Amino acid sequence: MAGAHAASTDPDALSWYEATARQRVVALADPGSFQEFLPPTERRMSPHLPLFDLPRAFDDGIVVGRAALDGKPVLVAAQEGRFMGGAFGEIHGAKLVGLLRAALTLKPAAVLILFDTGGVRLQEANAGETAIAETMRAIVDVRAAGIPVIGLIGGRAGCYGGGGLIAGTCSRLAVSEGGRISVSGPEVIETNKGAEEFDSRDRALVWRTMGGKHRRLIGGADAFCTDSVSAFREAALDLIGRAPAFDLATLEAEQARLESRIARFGDCRDATEIWARLGVNDSEAVPAMDTRAFDETVSRVREADHDAR
Amino acid sequence: MTLAEILAGLFPQGHSVTVRDGLVTGSGSFGQGNLLVVGVDGDTPLGVDGALILSRAVLDAVRAGDKAPILVVVDSDSQRMSRRDELLGLNEYLAHLAKALLLADRSAHPTIGLIYGHSAAGAFIATALATRILAALPGANPSVMDLPSVAKVTKLPLDTLREMAKSTPVFAPGLDNMVATGAVHVVLDPGQPLDGQIRDLIANLQPGDDRDRLGEERGGRPVARGISAAVIAQAGRG
Repeated sequence: MAGAHAASTDPDALSWYEATARQRVVALADPGSFQEFLPPTERRMSPHLPLFDLPRAFDDGIVVGRAALDGKPVLVAAQEGRFMGGAFGEIHGAKLVGLLRAALTLKPAAVLILFDTGGVRLQEANAGETAIAETMRAIVDVRAAGIPVIGLIGGRAGCYGGGGLIAGTCSRLAVSEGGRISVSGPEVIETNKGAEEFDSRDRALVWRTMGGKHRRLIGGADAFCTDSVSAFREAALDLIGRAPAFDLATLEAEQARLESRIARFGDCRDATEIWARLGVNDSEAVPAMDTRAFDETVSRVREADHDAR
Repeated sequence: MTLAEILAGLFPQGHSVTVRDGLVTGSGSFGQGNLLVVGVDGDTPLGVDGALILSRAVLDAVRAGDKAPILVVVDSDSQRMSRRDELLGLNEYLAHLAKALLLADRSAHPTIGLIYGHSAAGAFIATALATRILAALPGANPSVMDLPSVAKVTKLPLDTLREMAKSTPVFAPGLDNMVATGAVHVVLDPGQPLDGQIRDLIANLQPGDDRDRLGEERGGRPVARGISAAVIAQAGRG
């Protein structure tokens, strides 16, 4: 690493939200340990984007490879939200599928997926959608082999569409304030159902409904991080150590957890109502809380921590 | 083909399959045992409530331990697009349903998808695409997004997209294109008895996920299989 770039990969100083996919991976891993598969020099580019007169990326918007995390071998995938919104195209998806399938024989300590995606790349929609289904099957196979699959969510593009379904398939998820997890994005809901159903320009509404704090409070994510690479690294190490098994007991527990969520909060119109029912004293104050105050709040919410994923 | 016609073809001796709010659950006698049916009918969007009803039925079957085959019938809309669904964490609910089906598959339940109508986006991924083998009936219309919406997002004229769709299966909606990508394994013959065709699918289930191989052979996903194989090869080199 050249000296001029050293500051930008200091894990404490580097903002996860602002960093590129490659910066995140390099700074997340033990220094010098990251080794990329199908690196940009191989120029595996989309065969489909030229049809739409769109620029291509040498890595098709995803970085995959091996690294060490606290000395333990891991496989890592990182989506680049700045290229086509981190969306799943044919090559992009196939790189992730290949990495997960490789885990079955390599048996790493974990597979880390650094989500930063709007979902399916529409110019390659059928390939992207199918790759998402293949990814979910592969994650289940990896988890069933006893290998934790950890999702880290805090990028510009959030984790939308099929990305949200993949995230829900992981063993554990860490999220930052800027991370959003959702299936339909705000614009999609507004376009299809109108602004009275969801006003996508209301950014506070977007964060309350899909943002990291809400997901953490209701148990949709297992750790909340400040926006730094070192915070995500610490969370990943912690989550690897307490990943739930993939079996009937876990899914029965998840069924009960999700049924209970609808029974308790199914009539809530806004996240602040849910937070109040969860026992958060000053639910209006949640969006402005710093990480320490938020962690204290989370520690008093029973629903936030579970093995039912 | 309608769901009623499908069920009549599958279960000449009758069945207990019901449709409520567009959600299909029940079973019928099939060969030596039972066939469990879950799914979505009537172009219904799949939201948090519906996903849990279907996953409950699947998990009950896994717990029963009879290894009965599970048929996932699909004529759905996309995921339900609403503030309430996203507030409650729709991604967890849809993923949970997919995981239940994948667990059933791992627990020796043959899982077969049957798309006979529409399906799209998250609803498609959580149901039909989470089965071991996906069959379709002619007239089925799976899609990720309809062409007018693709035109809006890509800012290309609709006529141009229609022209491109004829030669490029990778982005265009429709059954033929989903067959070409390998997502749909096989198209059934509505002129032949359905129960026998489903029984043949169950008897010939292959281990593993062969959708990228099919996509390569059929030309709808020309490079995916090679890319994932290349990643595996490079990962295998110390």
